Amino acid sequence: MQLKIQYYALMREQAGRSEETLETSSVTPADLYGELAARYGFTLTREQLKVAVNSEFSEWSRPLAAGDAVVFIPPVAGG
Amino acid sequence: MMRFRFTQTAIDTVQARRELLDLGAGGYVSFEGWVRDHNEGQEVTRLEYEAFQELAVKEGERIVADALRRFPVKHALCVHRVGTLGLNDMAVWVGVSSAHRGEAFEACRFIIDEVKHRVPIWKKEHYRSGDSGWVNCERCAAAPSHAHEHDHEHHDEPAALTIHK
Repeated sequence: MQLKIQYYALMREQAGRSEETLETSSVTPADLYGELAARYGFTLTREQLKVAVNSEFSEWSRPLAAGDAVVFIPPVAGG
Repeated sequence: MMRFRFTQTAIDTVQARRELLDLGAGGYVSFEGWVRDHNEGQEVTRLEYEAFQELAVKEGERIVADALRRFPVKHALCVHRVGTLGLNDMAVWVGVSSAHRGEAFEACRFIIDEVKHRVPIWKKEHYRSGDSGWVNCERCAAAPSHAHEHDHEHHDEPAALTIHK
């Protein structure tokens, strides 16, 4: 299925892009992170991240559907 | 209701304060977060703020709504800057109006603390040495086995940065 991934901050730099549309067989955000970490060499572990699907915080085990927009959220630093 | 918003340009505190006016308010409390010239032994020259705005605005609105439920205040607002900021530029503004001062101080403190913990905003520090680093991300990336020491619970004390060039 096809997913849209957006990257921010450290992850944007490590992926070398701010977004992409991806054909994947990953069925959960956890699977997808494993796939992308292997491709881009992300230094953050999944335990250090949160994940959002369609602009809302999500569980890592949530089933993904075609067309979903996924964002991995590194440790935040606002203020 | 836009009780949390981003701006690409200098925060207009006069306008923001005006949005808190209420005939029943006896005063207001505000907090300004400024860019300072050092962090963890490094001389900082500028910061870049970046946000996942679609989710950040929702989460920011939830925080302000929480504050209005918890504390008997009149109005509250938070404005956060994104983009490149120089020393002493204002990165964030929080304001709360209230009948009495006590709950205004408490609500203001609650909002800035929660924003720092929960809202998907990131900052990259640029140092006089020419190096740079994403606050709270670089050291935990270098030492994932100690990640728990640098998680959100310790947000007010940004982890020392290892530098990526």
